Amino acid sequence: MKRIYLDHNATTPLDPEALKVMMPYLTEEFGNASSIYEKGRVTKKAIAEAREKVARLIGAQSDEVFFTGGGTEADNWAIKGAAESLRDKGNHIITTVIEHHAVLHTCEYLKEHGFEVTYLPVDEYGLVDPEAVKQAITDQTILVSVMYANNEIGTIEPVAEIGKIVKEKNILYHIDAVQAVGKIPVDVNAIGVDLLSMSAHKLYGPKGVGALYIRKGTQIKNLIHGGAQERMRRAGTENVAGIVGFGKAAELAFDHLSETEERLTQLRDKLLNGMMEKMDHVRLNGHPIHRLPGNVNVSIEFIEGESLLISLDMKGISASSGSACTSGSLDPSHVLLAIGLPHEIAHGSLRVTLGKENTEADVDYLLDILPEIVQKLRAMSPLYEAYLKGEGNRV
Amino acid sequence: MYSEKVMDHFSHPRNVGQIENADGTGQVGNAKCGDIMKIDLKIEDDHIVDVKFKTFGCGAAVATSSMVTEMVKGKTIEAALAISNKAVAEALGGLPPQKMHCSNLAADALHEAIKDYQKKQAQ
Amino acid sequence: MKRIYLDHNATTSLDPEVLKAMMPYLTGEFGNASSIYECGRMAQKAVVEAREKVARLIGAQSDELFFTSGGTEADNWALKGAAEALRDKGNHIITTVIEHHAVLHTCEYLEEQGFEVTYLPVDEYGLVDPAAVEQAITDQTIIVSVMYANNEIGTIEPVEEIGKIVKEKGILYHIDAVQAVGKIPVDVNAIGVDLLSMSAHKLYGPKGVGALYIRKGVKINNLLHGGAQERNQRAGTENVAGIVGFGKAAELSCDNLIETAERLTRLGDRLAKGITEKMDHVRFNGYPLHRLPGHVNVSIEFVEGEALVMSLDMQGISVSSGSACAAGSADPSHVLLAIGLPHEIAHGSLRMTLGKDSTEADVDEVLTILPRIVEKLRAMSPLYQ
Repeated sequence: MKRIYLDHNATTPLDPEALKVMMPYLTEEFGNASSIYEKGRVTKKAIAEAREKVARLIGAQSDEVFFTGGGTEADNWAIKGAAESLRDKGNHIITTVIEHHAVLHTCEYLKEHGFEVTYLPVDEYGLVDPEAVKQAITDQTILVSVMYANNEIGTIEPVAEIGKIVKEKNILYHIDAVQAVGKIPVDVNAIGVDLLSMSAHKLYGPKGVGALYIRKGTQIKNLIHGGAQERMRRAGTENVAGIVGFGKAAELAFDHLSETEERLTQLRDKLLNGMMEKMDHVRLNGHPIHRLPGNVNVSIEFIEGESLLISLDMKGISASSGSACTSGSLDPSHVLLAIGLPHEIAHGSLRVTLGKENTEADVDYLLDILPEIVQKLRAMSPLYEAYLKGEGNRV
Repeated sequence: MYSEKVMDHFSHPRNVGQIENADGTGQVGNAKCGDIMKIDLKIEDDHIVDVKFKTFGCGAAVATSSMVTEMVKGKTIEAALAISNKAVAEALGGLPPQKMHCSNLAADALHEAIKDYQKKQAQ
Repeated sequence: MKRIYLDHNATTSLDPEVLKAMMPYLTGEFGNASSIYECGRMAQKAVVEAREKVARLIGAQSDELFFTSGGTEADNWALKGAAEALRDKGNHIITTVIEHHAVLHTCEYLEEQGFEVTYLPVDEYGLVDPAAVEQAITDQTIIVSVMYANNEIGTIEPVEEIGKIVKEKGILYHIDAVQAVGKIPVDVNAIGVDLLSMSAHKLYGPKGVGALYIRKGVKINNLLHGGAQERNQRAGTENVAGIVGFGKAAELSCDNLIETAERLTRLGDRLAKGITEKMDHVRFNGYPLHRLPGHVNVSIEFVEGEALVMSLDMQGISVSSGSACAAGSADPSHVLLAIGLPHEIAHGSLRMTLGKDSTEADVDEVLTILPRIVEKLRAMSPLYQ
């Protein structure tokens, strides 16, 4: 059975070209980039080139890019490093309720250490109100952290508008751009961001490598102490192959950004329209326009997400859900609850995230099998039965 | 993640549906936690002669519901009351640990249905 | 030119078998190990198997192992996580002056956060005295952190003896075993260690992946917060290919541990003996007996390390030095100074670390080339004059 991968916000396949440029560093060019002999010099040069490519993708200078072990580490570093470094100035951090756990749990950690955190709400589309950011700012505020685009519902936040407000008040501005970089144009200078987190494996690069953009002149404390790597700001022997792969992936994303963006937006709309036509009691989650290309998140009423995913998996389709069962916790996705979905509707959410290798045929196949699966699951759903009897509440 | 038996019961659930004028109906769970199971029973001479279920929930929820209907068909009420959630999970070849609590409620639904039957009988 | 790589303590080449094991996860099996569909489950299974293999290498149970982005992260996690978790119990940490910077700089960070750190000295061989550990312990001591084997001079520390003392006092015991694991037998239960740091790329695995052993029942705080990966203790999407590679590398080193160690010990002795025979004014650094197999650290008087490394590099030989220039700092290696070398001798140190791909021919080649280079460098040295 041919498998169709529709979960590109979870991770992406490594681009064969990225793998190709990684191979030398997985074989003969294995030197430690900190060594001064030839093998070390070769890897050092490779890292410098990768850094330039990643920097170019976000409009940064290459000495503003620091490689990490992934997006989560970048988020942890940005937020803890900024908080620690600015502790004397204030203890208030502003973020939003729909951030990734890498941001939310880091903020919770800081709360235990005496920081105050304001979690801004979002509207029904998942949008943060820049005005709310402004109102939340106090003279103790040292950091505002907002995600560029939401991983679940795909909503793209007004990061530039928020940036203006934050910079006017001279507060440090962090953006978790893990889901945005490589999918839509990101320009650190247009936004006025100070710290921006990225991850390679979300843009067809390898897992285990990410980066933090730190605007020149911005001082944050180190998270990982040790050797002098990454210009003394992130210790640990460089993951050379990973970094080189990240560089190539960034280059490829940069070269094809607008064409891929356009194509995936079309595919996304086709999928969404098809779902709406073929099924009833389906609602779109996230903003209809300000959303990531390729992101479809719908709630399919009366059914549960994990059942849906398993059924799709048996038909060769990989997708994801905000259902509690799939996240291993008791509650459904905090993002879906934050945009106001009732629990049972949140449990029935389906996230389909298209990527560059997806075709129209993939979308057609999904549109072909999904209604059948939904029908079968609804046929065994007591909620649907109740609804048909007129007892249920419609959304 | 799931055993073959779980997958079999999930893909081919037994006894899905409802019984008109059921002798006993039990429903457990709520939409908040993500699992709702409803079981209808037809009971004659203290024996369960027919059973149907409907479930809103994950793979484990569907499979345990299906399994419990198979286990209980033809059994006496007493035997049915003796079936535990754990026994249902074991009959399926086990469930992932995180599913043991939230999605393993089928026996509870069965017991609720029997209670409902007994209540009706008492009236 | 065929290159001879003699810097296995810096990093090792990826074993071709390891790469082979990784390849599926760099191509078709790219799933996120946290996903429930097929390719996610495959990734998850691969991570589980790798965890078992790494655990076996150090005699641990697989649920005591947590993957990280490398040895440095593991050291940071162990020390910061333990210090934070035990803050209410005390604020004193004991370590040694010859630790890797991943431990030393983390301790310095903790000092800024109000912890007290005792840096124990070492003797001329780089050995930590277990009695000194015992004497340093106060009622405020919460952690003892000692490296298993030193990366520069190869000395293997009396970690078991120290372990006995530390455990008697009910103190948490961390070992940076980055240089030991895969080279010599390591058994967490024989040592009684609570936390042990490892790195894949020191044992023919990939860069960018390491692990922290956390003994069952030991509670430390998380370093990286976020997703529920690594059983809620280390957030971040699993580096599946890297983890699988680490697992394979661990399996391979487990299978050939003793025989490789014996062979490299012989080769190292051959190298050291040759150096002694062919050159004067040399002194070997580190403990002559309890040292890492295939590890030679020698101070060559009247020459400077970086010049030596570069000259060898031009002849196709990769080695390293404790020289300040080579390390990019103003001072020579803190380890060489700690064992009492004067600055000028420390500057002239050469570290040659053999690995499983090293041969007798490599050693003989070095023994031919090195004396010539030393002679040439000494000829232009005012110190030699």
